[in-house]
Amino acid sequence: MSLLNLRNIKKKFGNNLVLKGIDLEIDLGDVIALIGSSGSGKSTLLRVINLLEQIDDGQIFLDGEDISDPRVNPDIVRSKMGIVFQNFNLFPHLSVLANVTLALRVVRKIPRRDAEQKGMQLLERIQLTEKANVYPDQLSGGQQQRVAIVRAIAHNPKLLLLDEITSALDPRLVGEVLDLVVELKSSDTTIIIATHEMSFAKHASDKVVFLKDGIVEEQGTPSQIFGNPTKAATVEFLR
Amino acid sequence: MKETVLEGISSVEAERRAYRKRQSFRSNLVSCISFAVFCVIIYIVLSNSEGWTRVRIAFFDPHYFVESIPLVLRGILTNLRILIFAVAGVAVFGTALAIIRTTLSPVMFPLRVVATLYTDLLRGTPMIIVLYIIGFGVPGLRIFGRIDASLLGTISIVVVYSAYASEVIRAGIEAIHPSQRMASRSLGFTHAQTMRLIVLPQAIRKVVPALMNEFVSMQKDVGLVSVLGAIDAVRSAQIIVAQSYNFTPYVVTGAMFVVLSFPMIRLTDWYTSRLKKREQMSGIV
Repeated sequence: MSLLNLRNIKKKFGNNLVLKGIDLEIDLGDVIALIGSSGSGKSTLLRVINLLEQIDDGQIFLDGEDISDPRVNPDIVRSKMGIVFQNFNLFPHLSVLANVTLALRVVRKIPRRDAEQKGMQLLERIQLTEKANVYPDQLSGGQQQRVAIVRAIAHNPKLLLLDEITSALDPRLVGEVLDLVVELKSSDTTIIIATHEMSFAKHASDKVVFLKDGIVEEQGTPSQIFGNPTKAATVEFLR
Repeated sequence: MKETVLEGISSVEAERRAYRKRQSFRSNLVSCISFAVFCVIIYIVLSNSEGWTRVRIAFFDPHYFVESIPLVLRGILTNLRILIFAVAGVAVFGTALAIIRTTLSPVMFPLRVVATLYTDLLRGTPMIIVLYIIGFGVPGLRIFGRIDASLLGTISIVVVYSAYASEVIRAGIEAIHPSQRMASRSLGFTHAQTMRLIVLPQAIRKVVPALMNEFVSMQKDVGLVSVLGAIDAVRSAQIIVAQSYNFTPYVVTGAMFVVLSFPMIRLTDWYTSRLKKREQMSGIV
C-alpha cells in the first residue's frame, strides 16, 4: 500500500527550477534512500513533502489525502511526519529532555510526567539518559543528531524524513547515527533519507531513488541501482 | 603577577614570557605617567582660569552639599518608583511591538503599519517633547480628571523607550536562524507557539546586553519628568537652587544618578562577559 504519492512536483526558487516534475510512490514501512549530487533537489524535495516549502505545480498525497491543497492545515499534516536536518537544529535554550518532550506537551497536550517518561525512554534507546538535563552545545555532533532523530519520532510519525543527517559529522560519528536509522527500520516507520553514504543506501534501504537535476533519473531496489544501473548518468554518479 | 618557574617549560617559552613581562611593565609605566601628566594639566587649567573661585563656590559648596542630600535622596525615590514601573511597561509594550512587526499574517497588516509608524515616529521625537505633549496634553483633554505628574511621566517614558526596545528585540528575533523556525514548525508547533517557546526565548537572550544598555539610558532620562512638576531628585535640587542661588544640589543630584546607574552598568558588563565565555572562544586579537 502506498503511503506517499508524489505527482509531477515542480518547485522554483526565483527563476531557478529546482524540481522539474517529480513522480514518486512510497510504500508503507519502506526505507527510501534519496541519492544524487549536491543541488539535485534532495533537500528541497524533503522540505516540500513536509510542507515547509510551497510547490509550484503537482500534487502530494499522504494516505490518499491531497496535502498540497491550500485548504489543508499544514500543522496537522506535519504532525504526521518528522524531519531531521543536516545541522541538527536542536533548540539551544532547552535541555536535551525538553527538546524531546516540548512538542509532546504543547502540541500533543500530553501531561508533563507522561511526556518526560516517554522522553526518557527515547533517550535510553540512544544511551543518552545521563545527558537528559544538559544543553545541546555540550553534546557531540553525533549525540546531537541522535537526539534530533528521537525528537522527530517522539510522536510516532508515519513518515520520517532525514535530510543528509550525517553530512556534518566525522566518519566515526556517522556510524552511530546510521545504526539508529537501521534500528528504526525494524520498528516499521517509513523513512526517506537523503544521503551521500552509498554503503548505507546499498545495504539498509528497500528502494534507492537517484535524483539528477530535479528529476528522478532512476529508481529501483539497491541491487538494481548498484548492481545493474540502466542510465548512463547513474553509472557516472556511482563510479 | 608573581613569577613562577614551572617545570617542563622550554627555554624559548621562558624567554618569551620574560619578554612579555618586560613589555607589560613598560606599558603600565607609560600609562601611569600619561595619566599623571593629564591630571596636572587639568588642575593647572582649572585653577588658573579667571572664574574658578566663583565656580567652586557656586558648584562645590560643602554647606549646601550636606543640606541638599536628604531632600535629593527623597526625590530619587520617586525616580526609582517611576523607573520600576517604566521598565515593566517597556518590557511588555516593547515585546508586543517587536512581535507585531515580525509577524507575516495578513490580519496583522494594519497593526504592522501602525507599529512601524510608531517606532519611526517616537525614535525621532526628543524625549522632552513627548513629555510636554503627554504631560500637558492628556490632562488638557479633561477625560480622566487630575492625573499625578509622575504617572504621566512614567507613561511618557514607556511610550518613548518601547520604541527603542522593540527595535532591539526585533533585531534579536530576526537574528534567530530560520532553521530554528523550520525545526519547530516541523514538530507541529503553530506559528504562535514557535514564537513564544522557541524564537523569543533565544532572541531575548541574544539582546539582553543591548536592552540593559537601554535601561541605563532610561534611568537617567527619568530625571526629565521634573519638567512636569513631579518632585523627583532633579526637581528637589531645583527647589533648593531657587532658594539659595547655589548650584551645588545639581552636582549632588548628578552624582546620585551616577551611583544609581552603577549596579546596572556592572551587571551588564558581567552578563556580557559571561555570554562571551559561553561562546567558548578566546583570543589575543
